[in-house]
Amino acid sequence: MNPYVPILALMAIGGGFAVFSVAAGAFTGPKRYNRAKLEAYECGIEPTPPAAGGGRFPIKYYLVAMLFIVFDIESVFLLPFAVAFDSLGVFALVEMVLFVITVFIAYAYVWRRGGLEWD
Amino acid sequence: MLTPALLAENPTANFSEDTVWVVLVKAVLLFAVAVVATLLMIWAERRVVGRMQSRPGPNRHGPFGLLQSLADGVKLALKEDIIPAAADKVVFVIAPLIACTACFTSFAVIPFGPEVRIPFTDIDTPLQLTDMNVAVLFILAVAGIGVYGIVLAGWSSGSTYPLLGGLRSSAQVISYEIAMGLSLVSVFLYSGSMSTSAIVEAQQSIWWCLPLLPSFVIYVIAMVGETNRAPFDLPEAEGELVGGFHTEYSSLKFALFFLAEYVNMVTVSMLATTLFLGGWRAPWPISLWDDANTGYWPLIWFALKTCLFLFMYIWLRGTLPRLRYDQFMRFGWKILIPAALLWTMAVAVVRAMDQFGSIDRRDRVMILCGVVLVLALIWAAVEALRGTPPQEKPADPEIPVDPFAGGFPVPAMPGQRLIRTNGQAPSPTDATPALEEVRGG
Repeated sequence: MNPYVPILALMAIGGGFAVFSVAAGAFTGPKRYNRAKLEAYECGIEPTPPAAGGGRFPIKYYLVAMLFIVFDIESVFLLPFAVAFDSLGVFALVEMVLFVITVFIAYAYVWRRGGLEWD
Repeated sequence: MLTPALLAENPTANFSEDTVWVVLVKAVLLFAVAVVATLLMIWAERRVVGRMQSRPGPNRHGPFGLLQSLADGVKLALKEDIIPAAADKVVFVIAPLIACTACFTSFAVIPFGPEVRIPFTDIDTPLQLTDMNVAVLFILAVAGIGVYGIVLAGWSSGSTYPLLGGLRSSAQVISYEIAMGLSLVSVFLYSGSMSTSAIVEAQQSIWWCLPLLPSFVIYVIAMVGETNRAPFDLPEAEGELVGGFHTEYSSLKFALFFLAEYVNMVTVSMLATTLFLGGWRAPWPISLWDDANTGYWPLIWFALKTCLFLFMYIWLRGTLPRLRYDQFMRFGWKILIPAALLWTMAVAVVRAMDQFGSIDRRDRVMILCGVVLVLALIWAAVEALRGTPPQEKPADPEIPVDPFAGGFPVPAMPGQRLIRTNGQAPSPTDATPALEEVRGG
């Protein structure tokens, strides 16, 4: 059997449970309409009207996401290297050290330019 | 050249006798284990935190209050299911489904034990649903999909607190996922595989938490950050963000997020056990007994080791205050990531000396390096968290500001001075000296 098939079985059980819960929640609870209940929760005060452009967020989060992609791709390269280490020999190690050094230069650059500062 | 080397590292567990019904039974059992573990974990957390705070904790429903979580679940089911008017309705409903499905899926590759005979049949099967040569990578990937549930929940609620909570959570999870991924590299180096059963197999003589101590420490820190738990529970910091990404959720949709959080905690704890504590292998004094690692016994050792990590979660929550967000990000990006990267390269170099060179003092070198790095890590953490006191800026001349200009009251920002309006539209001449004296006093 393909090793990925059992995962689908577990996923179907988990997903089925989630769908059942969400569907059941609509029936088991009471339904008492109240306009105030449907407003966004802001500790009791009138909700702030959404800003123009809607759903905007600080640019810092975008920067974190970009840095994540850079470093995550780096670790993706490290994983197959680690698994195949014994059969690759010294050459691969030297290559990987060079690769990590170049990543470190980029990392030092980001640090120096303040890309890792939060405020 | 690379491909055959990668494919060669197949799982050591043998699934050849698994028929369809065996797979289905195992999947249902895994699901049950996840749900029951969640119920027990919530109960244990409330009891233990209660003890730590000198109060009994829930003790009314069932023996020792064991049925408390079940009662809470029923209560949630009987609450009204609210979808806010400002929400994006489709995404709002899909988000808890994603979070819940993803958390159960990553259970599939956890090895609970060796091959056993299923009672009343003659089928031998490993106590594991499935395994493949990228199993650990699969868990990381599924954890990444779980983040979608959180960030979509925050975004679709159409409200400020959930949006901020969802953003914080996603930034936090991806920041700590790098450190986590890097700490796993050295485990793969030592095991020569990413398959969970092969990693457990490779720890026959020594558990990886000893030679790879820094990886272990980094993984444990990152796993607490990944699951949004105290002291890294900034996405749901109730003093700042009410409930974070699930502020607008009620009824069973809220329960699904709660469930997902606890199942994720159990999953990362089980992964930590598998990768660093020898998986289902018996701990030392018990391992002298020949039958300790056969049959159904390993389930006990595995559960005990997992409980160790789960207790650590509760202990952390009962002990440590929450970090500030900038401290948290600084810790992740400036300490954990470079430490994990340097340690990984050190492991690779030492391993290469061992494999291709003539140096034969690997373990001593490794343990020495490990101790030095852990000390450096602790020092750096203390240093970073202490930080410098914020510099007081020289007071600017204060600018008078109308607090009702936007139609709703706002507090004064630094460098601003509120004008008394008594709820009326202000005019620039309103600010009388007498009122300013009241404010200043």
